[in-house]
Amino acid sequence: METLELTKQKEAEKTIQSISGSKALLEACIAEDVQTIFGYPGGAIMPIYDALYDYPDKLKHILVRHEQGAIHAAQGFARSSGKVGVVFATSGPGATNLVTGLADAMIDSTPLVCITGQVFAHLLGTDAFQETDVINITTPVTKWNYQVTDANEIPHVLAKAFYIAKTGRPGPVLIDITKNAQIQKIDYTGYTKCEHIRSYRPKPIIRKEYIQQAAELINKAEKPFVLFGQGVILGKAEKEFKAFIEKAGIPSAWTLLGLSALPTEHPLNVGMLGMHGNYGPNVLTNECDVLIAVGMRFDDRVTGRLDKYAKQAKIIHLDIDPAEIDKNVKTTVPVWGDCKETLPLLTKLIEEKQHTAWLNKFNEYKQQEIDVVIHNELNPTSDIMTMGEVIKTLNELINGDAIIVTDVGQHQMVTCRYAKFNHTKSNITSGGLGTMGFGLPAAIGAKMGAPERTVIEIVGDGGFQMTIQELGTIMQYKPEVKIIILNNNFLGMVRQWQQLFNDKRYSFVDIQSPDFVQVAKGYGIAGKSIKDRKDLKTALQEMLNHKGAYLLEVMVGKENNVFPMVPQGCSVSEIRLK
Amino acid sequence: MKQEFTITVYTENQVGLLNRIAIIFSRRKINIESLNVSPSEAEGIHRFTIIINEYEEVVRKLCRQIEKQVEVLKAYFNTNDEIVWQELALYKVPTDIIAEKVKVERLLREYGARAVAIRKDYTVFETTGHREEIEKLIKALEPYGLIEFVRSARVAIIKTSSGFHEKLKEFDEEQPGEDLMENEFLNQQDKVFSM
Repeated sequence: METLELTKQKEAEKTIQSISGSKALLEACIAEDVQTIFGYPGGAIMPIYDALYDYPDKLKHILVRHEQGAIHAAQGFARSSGKVGVVFATSGPGATNLVTGLADAMIDSTPLVCITGQVFAHLLGTDAFQETDVINITTPVTKWNYQVTDANEIPHVLAKAFYIAKTGRPGPVLIDITKNAQIQKIDYTGYTKCEHIRSYRPKPIIRKEYIQQAAELINKAEKPFVLFGQGVILGKAEKEFKAFIEKAGIPSAWTLLGLSALPTEHPLNVGMLGMHGNYGPNVLTNECDVLIAVGMRFDDRVTGRLDKYAKQAKIIHLDIDPAEIDKNVKTTVPVWGDCKETLPLLTKLIEEKQHTAWLNKFNEYKQQEIDVVIHNELNPTSDIMTMGEVIKTLNELINGDAIIVTDVGQHQMVTCRYAKFNHTKSNITSGGLGTMGFGLPAAIGAKMGAPERTVIEIVGDGGFQMTIQELGTIMQYKPEVKIIILNNNFLGMVRQWQQLFNDKRYSFVDIQSPDFVQVAKGYGIAGKSIKDRKDLKTALQEMLNHKGAYLLEVMVGKENNVFPMVPQGCSVSEIRLK
Repeated sequence: MKQEFTITVYTENQVGLLNRIAIIFSRRKINIESLNVSPSEAEGIHRFTIIINEYEEVVRKLCRQIEKQVEVLKAYFNTNDEIVWQELALYKVPTDIIAEKVKVERLLREYGARAVAIRKDYTVFETTGHREEIEKLIKALEPYGLIEFVRSARVAIIKTSSGFHEKLKEFDEEQPGEDLMENEFLNQQDKVFSM
């Protein structure tokens, strides 16, 4: 009997370990299947970094060059892998440097868990060294945030953080941990994943009556039109989406973030929506009779002038976030729910159909767009290269199989318009926030999130200089990121607006660049700069063949514009071809 | 038309949640006219009562944004005729004047005010009611040397509400019941839906 008691006691001692808050944090990360952390150490997060020293096999930490780089890399990682991106940063400036990335992840629904160190709890509110009120600074740009001052909270707070970040409409979560809690020893009994929070309902309940009503509308529609956004990718519902549009034969257009959810060459993929989207999808938005929005939020860059947006159409809106329904566009039938679940329900009820005449209308507009815009963009007659022909040539070499990461501006619009995609989660860009400087770190993260895939970053000369320091991260960890700088020696998108709307008053858009190839060389990254068309294909091929990261600068036309364009304040049907 | 709305929010008790809710208004440059946070009828659940002047459509969107916050269980909005509400006010007046002027005494009785503290130099009266009544008494007391005045936030009871106890039980379930995901269009299909 005595020995049995003794064994029992020993077992109990085994299951209750005394570990530090820092260690509890890292154990939580491991339990959540985290393998890669992007971060930068500093005073207030040192205990966590000290604990991290003991986990070289289980947790790979990527030391970036700036915390903004860390969070954009985590975003790229999350978007290419479909997992939660994890960031470590210190208090004060470390934490404030995350704010842009948090805002970006918030508006683009990217699941992140950011851990920031904080001063000792007894110093909170004393203006201590590197103390910032991180919780209040980040409240508007996080899905949830929480300050931990007692290490006993760490396991369940982390469980909550991961659960909130990845469920429902995903988003960034920030956990601020005071230094004392990082050091404090706790009785650790293991980690339990969070599966339910009383006040949080990640998925709204699916209402059968709305599914039925939506199906009836779709069945009666003569000119149905589908708009799809990132919700399809985030919901991992690409198959379900394809089955849905194929059964009903509905032409489908994508938002910037919905791109790659449906292969470019799919016969029902009619192109891009919005300000620089395709001609047909924009004009025909105002001609369709039923508009079916799937996992998108009617951003103003998509809708243009709202009071002239699809007024003739019945609107069906499928979204997981009830707050999106009726936010911008009044819905006729709100289909609340996860589209992975609602789409198959809808598919079951809809009739098999083809809308050939209607689909042809898109093709007619496409032909007009080809004649006026696309042909010249892709086959320019002047000696000066266009951004479009670079993408066209790239398409020929990668065949729609690469992940393409873009920054923000003209190159982004051109890339998204012309790049071909065969696989989902292949287009990574900063959509809602339009964060210049997103591209390079996001590409690093994207490669680490999908190491088996080719990752190409396409970036402008302006945006590249915003986070150029992350070349150091490439130097150190050698992710095979291919960087194409489309250099027009201008902040091109602003210049385009100044040309079109401000009488060519080019106010501070003339940006000088360093010798990018030399800069890359300084970081041990191979590179080349070209300005002649005859070198384009071989240079791209060389870049792709090169073992390791590579930087290719392509000099393009200084004053080329992106068209079509829906000028701000105009209706989508007032889209300009030139 | 903009009108007065009372927003009632049931929440968990969590540090920082007040800010999270407040910035939903300030982000849109909407002024909160009155704000009260208190325990609710359900144990451990807090109840926010927020008054704003806005269009119904905006209030509806605001409530959805509020409900979206992780620690918020439910947000309701009501017009004034859908609620019973009260505000409380305290008035500090010089005791000597009240003692001398019979008129003041009559005034206070008329407004249903009650003395809560009587000192040699001052007396504090309390009254509860709607804002207009409270403000009328300020006006009435002003000529008699009103020293200090303070009014509380509005507290309100929703006339049709059956409380939060039952709802809370459903929130505890993994799969909440259907009425939790209230949809203002439900059973009103003829209003919003035509084919």
